[in-house]
This record gives sequence, C-alpha cells and structure tokens, in this order.
Amino acid sequence: MSSRKTAECTLEALANAPDESGHFGPYGGIFVAETLMEPLQALRDAYEEAQQDPEFQRELAWELKHFVGRPSPLYYAQRWSERLGGAKIYLKREDLNHTGAHKVNNTVGQALLAKRMGKKRVIAETGAGQHGVATATVAARLGMECVVYMGATDVARQAINVYRMRLLGATVIPVESGSKTLKDALNEAMRDWVTNVDSTFYIIGTVAGPHPYPAMVRDFQKVLGEEARAQMLEIEGRLPDQLVACVGGGSNAMGLFYPFIKDESVGMVGVEAAGHGLDSGRHAAPLCAGKPGVLHGNRTYLMEDANGQIIETHSISAGLDYPGVGPEHAWLKDCGRVEYVAIDDTEALDAFHDLTRTEGIMPALESSHALAQAKKMAPSMSRDEIILVNLSGRGDKDIHTVAELEGITV
Amino acid sequence: MSRIERRFSALKAEGRKALIPFVTAGDPTPTTTVPLMHELVKAGASVLELGVPFSDPMADGPVIQLACERALEHGTSLNDVLAMVAEFRQQDQQTPVVLMGYLNPVEVMGYETFANAAAKAGVDGVLTVDLPPEEGAELSAAFKAVGIDLIYLIAPTTSLARAQRICAQASGFVYYVSLKGVTGSASLDVSAVEQRLNAIRTVSDLPLGVGFGISDAPMAAKMAAIADGVVVGSALVKRIADNRDDPQALLSQAADLIAGMRKAMDDV
Repeated sequence: MSSRKTAECTLEALANAPDESGHFGPYGGIFVAETLMEPLQALRDAYEEAQQDPEFQRELAWELKHFVGRPSPLYYAQRWSERLGGAKIYLKREDLNHTGAHKVNNTVGQALLAKRMGKKRVIAETGAGQHGVATATVAARLGMECVVYMGATDVARQAINVYRMRLLGATVIPVESGSKTLKDALNEAMRDWVTNVDSTFYIIGTVAGPHPYPAMVRDFQKVLGEEARAQMLEIEGRLPDQLVACVGGGSNAMGLFYPFIKDESVGMVGVEAAGHGLDSGRHAAPLCAGKPGVLHGNRTYLMEDANGQIIETHSISAGLDYPGVGPEHAWLKDCGRVEYVAIDDTEALDAFHDLTRTEGIMPALESSHALAQAKKMAPSMSRDEIILVNLSGRGDKDIHTVAELEGITV
Repeated sequence: MSRIERRFSALKAEGRKALIPFVTAGDPTPTTTVPLMHELVKAGASVLELGVPFSDPMADGPVIQLACERALEHGTSLNDVLAMVAEFRQQDQQTPVVLMGYLNPVEVMGYETFANAAAKAGVDGVLTVDLPPEEGAELSAAFKAVGIDLIYLIAPTTSLARAQRICAQASGFVYYVSLKGVTGSASLDVSAVEQRLNAIRTVSDLPLGVGFGISDAPMAAKMAAIADGVVVGSALVKRIADNRDDPQALLSQAADLIAGMRKAMDDV
C-alpha cells in the first residue's frame, strides 16, 4: 500500500504523472469514504478502456468538432499588445466554444464515458455556473437526467447561468451548508454520489477530486493546449515564451500547460485569485498562500486554518472561489516547473475592461486574472517575445457583477 | 489486549452486543461533551465514538453537518477534542473511546504528533472517514507504535476480496456502513445487511459494528441480533440539537435514547 511519495521532479516524471495510484509526487491520491472506492475503480477501468478504444476517441473528436466548435482560434491581440508595448500576446479563444468556456471539453468527454458505462443520471458541482451549464448542455444533448449543486451564494450572484441550466432541463439545487460556495457544492455532490452511486455519474468540473478525476479532466482539457501548440507553430513558427492561465481548481491551466511540460524553453505562469489581496486573508490563492492538506478526495494545497479547518475564500470571480487546487498544480509548484502568482479583484477588473475596449472581446472574470498577469509581464518583455494566454471563458455571465461593482443597475 | 478488544470480548462472554453512541465533540458547546460522555456510559454505552468537527464533512448528512457547524462556532479543535478525552479518562478508565472524523485536521497536526497526543489522552481507536487503507500505511504505522486501533469502514459497495484486504489491516473492530449514503439516511434493509455481515465473517474474526441509519430501539435490536456492535449517531445528535438550549434536558434525553436502545438490544 502506497503512502506519501517523494518523486523526482524531472520533466519526464512530470509529463508521465500521475502514477498508478493517482499520485502526482506527494499529492493527489484517493481520499474518499469506502463506499466510493470500488465505484472509483470501475471508473478508472472504464476510462482506461475508453482511452484505448478508437471508436470512443472518434466519437469524442466528432462531438468536439461539431457540437463544441473546435478547434478554437488562436488570436493575436495586436492592439492590446502594442498598447502594452512589449511581448506579443496571443489568446486561446476558449470563450468561443459552445456554452462559452473551456468547461465543455471535459463535460463532453465525461458524459460520453457516462453513456458508455450505462449511467442515466449525471450530477455536477458548479461555482460560476459554467461547468453546470456545460454539464446541463451535454446532458440535454444525450438525454440524461442532470442535477447540479451550486452554493446558495453563487446561485444569487450567477442568476443567468442558473436560469440557463434550468432551461436546459437540469435541476439546480442551492447548497445552504458551510460557506454556501463551490466547496460546499462539491461536498453536496459527493453526498449525492455516495447515495446514488449505482445510477449516477459524477461529472467533476476541475482537475481535483479523487483519482482518476485530476488526470481524466486534464486529459479531456489538453486538447486546447495541443491545439494552441500546433497553432502557434503554424503562425509564428516557434513556441511561445510564456503561458499564462488562471487557476481556480485549475482545469483550463492544466489543459494549456500539459502539452508544453517537456518544452523546457516555455515558461508557465498560473494565476490565482488574490481577492482583496493576499495580506487581507480574503483571497482564493492556496498555492500562493496556503498549505498542503487533504480535501475533496486528494492531497493538495489548501486554504486552511491552524487546526485544519477549511477557511472561506474570496474572489470577484465565482469560478476561482475555491479553497483547494488540482494536485498536479501542487506538484508543478513544488518542482518549480510552473510559477504561481496571484492577481487581485481590482487588477482583474481593469484587465476585463482593457480587453473589452481594445480588442472587442469581453473576457470572463476568471480569465481576466490571467489577462491581468499578462498585462504585468508584457511591458518588460521584448517585442519578439510571445505570451500565450488562455482566454478560458467569455464574460457575458459577469456583466451583472461588473455593473454592480461600478454602481450601475442593468 | 487493547481496551476495545477487551470490551468486545467481555460483551461476547456475556452474550451481549456493543452499543456505540456517536456524538460530535463540542456540540452544542465544548463544556457539554464530557458530562454527556459519562451520561451515555451510565445509560449503557459500551464504546463511545467522538466526532472530531470538520468544516467539510462530506460523508455526513445534515444532522451531523449542523453539529459540526455548532462545534466549530465554538472553535472546537482536534487539540480540544483530545483534552476532552483526557478529562473523561480522569473518571473512566474502562470505556473505549474512538475518534471519528476526517483526515485534514490530523494531517495538519502531523501523524506522529497526533498519535502520541491521542494515546496520552486515552484514545483507543481512530476512524478517519476519508482515509482508505490504500493511503493509510503511514498513519497506521504511527498508531501501531502507540497501540491505537485504526478503524476501517466496509461499505455495501465493497467486494468481498477487498473486505478481506481491509480486515487484514484493521484492528479493534470493523465498521460496516449499512447503506449507500450519508449518515442519518433512512431505509435500512436488515436482511441485506445480515447477508453482508455473514460474508465478511467468512474472511475475518474481528468484531463487526454496524452504523448509518440506526435511529430507534427496535432497529438497534434488529441490528444487535446480527452484528457485534451497533452505532447510533444522527438520531442521538438530533436529540442533542433539539435540546441544545437546556443542558439538563439534553443529558436526560440523550441518556433515554441510549438506555432504550440498550434495553431493546439486551432483550433480544
């Protein structure tokens, strides 16, 4: 039986993680109640089979092309780059996917897997509502029952996505326990799963949770990084110098980073939410300001107090408002392969406006954190250097939040 | 022989079954817990299960979630829980105490530090709900060094081959989760539980406790007929919650529930 492992941080090891028991170095693993152990094994078996089945891969590729609209463009934000006066900034346009974010790449994959396993009911947790919408969308497409758990606080601040999910036929259950946000939605989804484990497939929306979820979600998301890598080589004839992506649970960032891990020349920056500032305590930056622990099925960096209780997080963006982070990010941080930084609410909001005004692209507040980091980095880089930012979602869902912050009634 | 083993074998010699009440430490207030533990023993508890409050109790239903929230409002920490056990031990050296909770508070304290402190406080067993045997080697070693039993769960979804592997690493007793669901769920199928317990007995000699969904004396009696121990959690915690503003009523109501279960189990 395995325990906390120390593994070497070679690029090869990083690219081959996780090991058989789901460990990314000392992180990851399977930390769930016994009832879920055999169902997780069944999921691992089904996923491995599906990965090796050309028919499943064909079906997935078809859905990604015709239903999601892949490949998404790689867009040179020329006006914004020139205004910043440094590196060229490219945007991977995941905002142009069906349902408006990268989340759907994963829900399509997991829903096809659910269908293959004969599950008729899918459940999901959601923060900003993007993963919930993406799950409800795929469930509608495949004729599955769909239940989405969402913290009551998030239900209030993401009313449009709640209505969108209901239009798609999903049942949205507001979660009133704990801090009433994403972590509590995840707890409640786990409780549903343990109760209805025979009939139900739990579609986790990020690269967290017990093995195999972190690796499986990354694998379903890596299509965006693989596309971006090929597109960059085609457009610029070389790899980018820096990758930048926001990190809540970290699925869009893993999707972008993973295909570049062995490209030593490519720097990577993961951007957490600094909320009101890292010093304020009101943030959602476990990698920058947290400590390792165990939550939601895996060992990773957490926002916790001295007694191991999970503490409340804050971010302007509901999708980053989570006290944990995918275990692969935890290991990439310890190994130094990815640099993790934090951007506060104000900086993110400024970047939201910048991109909207200079490029005519309204980014999600989550993605605005990555944009704000690029904005910091670009001016000190030369004009022939390249930053590739994952524009993980569109900002339509956030206009009420932005308006409210600026004292405007829409 | 550990206190837990002694207790189970003594009960067996008397032809009785273990009654194992669960309360969340610090619920509704930290000062309630130790008197409540003594009261439960007087009412017929054989082993006490003390819940360590956690902010994200994923395997628990609403009753124990709220108990955790009440305990955490008073800042009840793992250290506080150990202090409660130490205080309980001043008057009671016989009744085994099992801590039940989630791994993270233990992670943060450190496995060895926790094991030493727990042994010193008089803890006999620890059940960490979200620590399966696959990840448990390190904690198990720390407990073995100080003579604490690491209690494992077996669920309705656990295959017999897996149950055998779990039992091989378990000590004290094995906790059979009677249903697929969270604590405090309804709809227990007694004959299904019996079949599973009989199957597990073919691969292990450890005493089998059954918990989840046992809410009244008749159900406790039915479970006592087929298991070696009966855990009652949410039903008891709900009584505590309903009487949280009246400490005397809280103690007597909790004792009544346990005494009623004890009687029903002994009458089988």
